[in-house]
Amino acid sequence: MGGISNEIWQPIRLTIELAALTTAILLIVGTPIAWWLARSKASWKEAVAAVVALPLVLPPTVLGFYLLVVLGPDGPGGALAGLWGGRTLAFTFEGLVFGSVIYSMPFVVQPIRNAFDAIGDRPLEVAATLRASPTRAFWTVAIPLARPGFLAGAVLGFAHTVGEFGIVLMIGGNIPGKTKVLSVAIFDFVETSQWREANILAAGMAAFAFVVILTMMLLEKRTARINR
Amino acid sequence: MKVITSLKLALGVALACVAGSSAFAAQTNVAVAANFTDAAKEIAAVFKAKTGHEAVLSFGASGQFYTQITQDAPFQVFLSADNERPKKLVDDGLGVAGSNFTYAVGKLVLWSKAPGVVKGEETLKQASFAKISICNPVAAPYGAAAVETMKALKLYDTLKPKLVEGANITQAYQFVQTGNAEVGFVALSQVINDKDGSRWMVPQSLYAPILQDAVLLKKGASNEAATAFIAFLKGPEARAIIEKYGYEVGKSS
Repeated sequence: MGGISNEIWQPIRLTIELAALTTAILLIVGTPIAWWLARSKASWKEAVAAVVALPLVLPPTVLGFYLLVVLGPDGPGGALAGLWGGRTLAFTFEGLVFGSVIYSMPFVVQPIRNAFDAIGDRPLEVAATLRASPTRAFWTVAIPLARPGFLAGAVLGFAHTVGEFGIVLMIGGNIPGKTKVLSVAIFDFVETSQWREANILAAGMAAFAFVVILTMMLLEKRTARINR
Repeated sequence: MKVITSLKLALGVALACVAGSSAFAAQTNVAVAANFTDAAKEIAAVFKAKTGHEAVLSFGASGQFYTQITQDAPFQVFLSADNERPKKLVDDGLGVAGSNFTYAVGKLVLWSKAPGVVKGEETLKQASFAKISICNPVAAPYGAAAVETMKALKLYDTLKPKLVEGANITQAYQFVQTGNAEVGFVALSQVINDKDGSRWMVPQSLYAPILQDAVLLKKGASNEAATAFIAFLKGPEARAIIEKYGYEVGKSS
């Protein structure tokens, strides 16, 4: 039975690692993007926003296909992998992180941008009159005020990465401990008629999703109360 | 007016065609093991030309189809990549007893899209590649045959860290096709028309013959197109196509 429980625990651990790393990267990369989208006066900024939001609409197979090519030996991913002697970024944990960052980006950028939008110009102007530099105003005024947006973005980014399936199936190669995440493990169990294991994982996922959505709703309610 | 009349005429003819074809031709849903994709498409085309019936094909891993069929999937014919699952479906009462038969014997090859990479058994022994792709050995018979081959050569443990797994044989092929894996175990039928790459026909002594069985499912028992498709699959035209794709065909019935 030890083997079976490892078969279940390993994907869970891997999925949490993938989601946590992806969320961390997205908070770092997504914040400046969200800030720019909220503050810029550029006429083409909505075009950038649309590109960021693309994964919301695209089937995962589109991303999976492009990633397979881009990460492969004939694409930039292969060149990058060459730096440490690899041939391709497909079938690697790093490749999955890259794919997940793109796939989950709108779920992090959008709430943060909304939060920045909601702040408006006024608090930052006030900060400026108090002689705060723009950088300082950003860190001490904008970020704290946008906290609910960051929280929502982090929760959604994490949850959405956990729920990712199509892309991982297409670029992962189903390697235990490296690319066999929860959703793929469930697919595998169902395909091979191991329904007990599939049940355990699927029920766990359903409970997890419930908790996430409930948290989001409570969070929203609290934010609404603060804003009132 | 002339235009309208001719449009009406065209519409009438079109309607008559639709009505006419539906009166004689039936449709059947066929689940096809992914390795048989190209051959099945060709067979379905000839089948339609000869009988007027249409076989609507779905492609996937045999294990996946087996699970779906046990859950009441709307398939009437199942072309598996093994002989176990059709037998099990008959035992489960989902397949028509006695309808399962071997339509093809599959051949496993080690394949690379680059020339000169795959030279034979020694390619596996030297293992000078980063990744080797197979398909899921539990869900897909070609994956099982690939594992069996590596075990027979006593190379499984050394190659295991380099294995990447596709959900079905098409994905195993696609990993090699996109260059993400340098080599892979695929079905001969998938690379039969490939002229540029290199391949090694895995000797039959290294793996148990891949007997690919078809079965008429209970859902198709009274469907004219389904029974006709099974009959057609046993006939000389289908057998010629199957052989063309690198399969051996079972004994003539």
